[in-house]
Amino acid sequence: MNRIQNKLSEKKQHAGKAGKLLSIYFTAGYPKLDDTVEILQQLEKNGVDMVEIGLPFSDPLADGPTIQESSQLALKNGMTTEILFQQLKDVRKTVSIPLIIMGYFNPILQYGIEGFCKKCAEVGIDGLILPDLPLSEYKEHYHEIFKKYNLINVFLVTPQTSDDRIRQIDTASDGFIYLVSSSSVTGNSDGFDENQENYFSRVASMQLKNPLIVGFGIKDATTFKQATSKTKGAIIGSAFIKTLARDGKSGISNFIASIREV
Amino acid sequence: MNYNVNEKGYYGDFGGAYIPEMLYPNVEELRQNYLKVMGEESFQKEFRQLLKEYVGRPTPLYFAKRLSEKYNTKIYLKREDLCHTGAHKVNNTIGQILMAKRLGKTRIIAETGAGQHGVATATVCALMGLECIIFMGEVDIKRQAPNVARMKMLGAKVVPATSGSKTLKDATNEAIRDWINNPVDTHYIIGSVVGPHPYPDMVARFQSVISEEIKTQLCEKEDRENPDFVAACVGGGSNAAGAFYHYLDNLDVGLIAVEAAGKGIDSGESAATSALGKVGIIHGSKTLLMQTADGQITEPYSISAGLDYPGVGPMHANLFTSGRGEFISITDDKAMKAGLELCKLEGIIPAIESSHALAIFEMRKFKKNDVVVVNLSGRGDKDLDTFIKYFNL
Ligand SMILES: Cc1ncc(COP(=O)(O)O)c(C=O)c1O
Repeated sequence: MNRIQNKLSEKKQHAGKAGKLLSIYFTAGYPKLDDTVEILQQLEKNGVDMVEIGLPFSDPLADGPTIQESSQLALKNGMTTEILFQQLKDVRKTVSIPLIIMGYFNPILQYGIEGFCKKCAEVGIDGLILPDLPLSEYKEHYHEIFKKYNLINVFLVTPQTSDDRIRQIDTASDGFIYLVSSSSVTGNSDGFDENQENYFSRVASMQLKNPLIVGFGIKDATTFKQATSKTKGAIIGSAFIKTLARDGKSGISNFIASIREV
Repeated sequence: MNYNVNEKGYYGDFGGAYIPEMLYPNVEELRQNYLKVMGEESFQKEFRQLLKEYVGRPTPLYFAKRLSEKYNTKIYLKREDLCHTGAHKVNNTIGQILMAKRLGKTRIIAETGAGQHGVATATVCALMGLECIIFMGEVDIKRQAPNVARMKMLGAKVVPATSGSKTLKDATNEAIRDWINNPVDTHYIIGSVVGPHPYPDMVARFQSVISEEIKTQLCEKEDRENPDFVAACVGGGSNAAGAFYHYLDNLDVGLIAVEAAGKGIDSGESAATSALGKVGIIHGSKTLLMQTADGQITEPYSISAGLDYPGVGPMHANLFTSGRGEFISITDDKAMKAGLELCKLEGIIPAIESSHALAIFEMRKFKKNDVVVVNLSGRGDKDLDTFIKYFNL
């Protein structure tokens, strides 16, 4: 089994708060080029269950200003795919939670898909989230390669995704489904209302084989709790990046603690 | 070989729809409906009527006598510069606004670089009374003040794109993000044969009126449907796609795609995607694009704002790699001279984009009896400032 699957079944054993998975997204190479591993270590130490490492891209279509800026800065700092793999070379000596790379398809295409997947397996990456790799292309061209390297591909579902398509995505997934909280790019911080809660309930009631983890727009304990009341967990990105921008790495433990309280 | 799009949305290896799931319902709605809608008699009737009475089509196919004498071949100019709003862009925006209305959309967004597509979109939104939001790079807003004013006069809201390099590719990113944020009531009018399938095909079909007319007009003038060559400049590739469309599979017709070399292909300041690009994904399409070895998209350069896009549409990527198209790149300098030459020889002030296509006669020989149609995609009014500075007029 893959670390993501292990973590999810471990969470299943717990009821209530302890059963909810907290995942953090950050952009590799931000705020400083060499921060990647230390941020990962601190996240694990502070009780984060899973991490999405953002591979920065010049044109992040699905991201709002916060992640756009962190990506630009990371690129300016000199982050590349090759450097990220070098940084992660020994990460599994000190970090054991599941690690996912989240990025756009073009840099991976340039690296070479198979070479990229092989490297991921070597350094201990467990899964990929590639928002602009569509379901049909994945199934036709990439599923076999991902499987060969034991990488779980995570698909997004949005409030506009039809039930039919949610079922197709469920069939093609073998980790979790990334439930995008609202029709929005990342970093929208309006909070959640009954629209979101109805949508979480609607998808939760579909009895899918994959657990649901909510992302986009989760920024604090309240939104985390709302997002996870019907689902298995939630992912925080922009709010964490803002914390890094404001307080640096020393802000990590307070931020994580603030999410877990209530 | 078939050089048009296949049922999966690919031209050879290029095309497809590499879009985040948030865009899937919109793009899928369009994919499922565009051919059906375009095939409806009422749609065709309205489209044709607007092209005729509002845009001013058919545009003339003009035999450029003095230019032909100078280059010792037969040169015809397809006068898209005479379209309402001054360029071919409006053929597409008329088509797409009718599509948007048929799909029940009430809010229109578009990207623009130089402002030509923004003006063409603002124009049709005014015509139809629809809300219009144009994304334009902050840098371009400063460079293209008259077009910004035009858009505002036409009732559009111009939103500066402040991300990335603050030019056309970033304006496109912002338009796509806006579409993600407004998934129900909004239609995105893309300005060229780029973006996810079905956009390249839909835009090419709307622009195909150009080659449809060339065929009829050439029959009248030369008693033949097919020229020996059709030449057009390529930014994203929409005027070229329209001029090539009905000749794509007719191998007797040479297709010449003219890209902007900027200050020279090896200068680091160029927009010649076929020479400098590699296969990748940009704005939802697998195509050729200029990028770093690490897959970061780079900023192109051309003196003509309409040609500085870091990619080309998937149709053109396929024309290039298959060898069906002949790709020529033209420097700023050669384009400016060719533009001024057309003024002096024919009394026509061309857009700098179109001037690139006119510069091919300095670059390659044609036979005396060759019939060469150059798509004169736009007029030069918008470029007067650049001409004035360049030639110290
Ligand atoms: C007059 C003119 N020609 C050509 C272009 C380039 O676009 P495309 O390659 O889509 O025809 C533009 C774009 O703004 C334009 O304004």
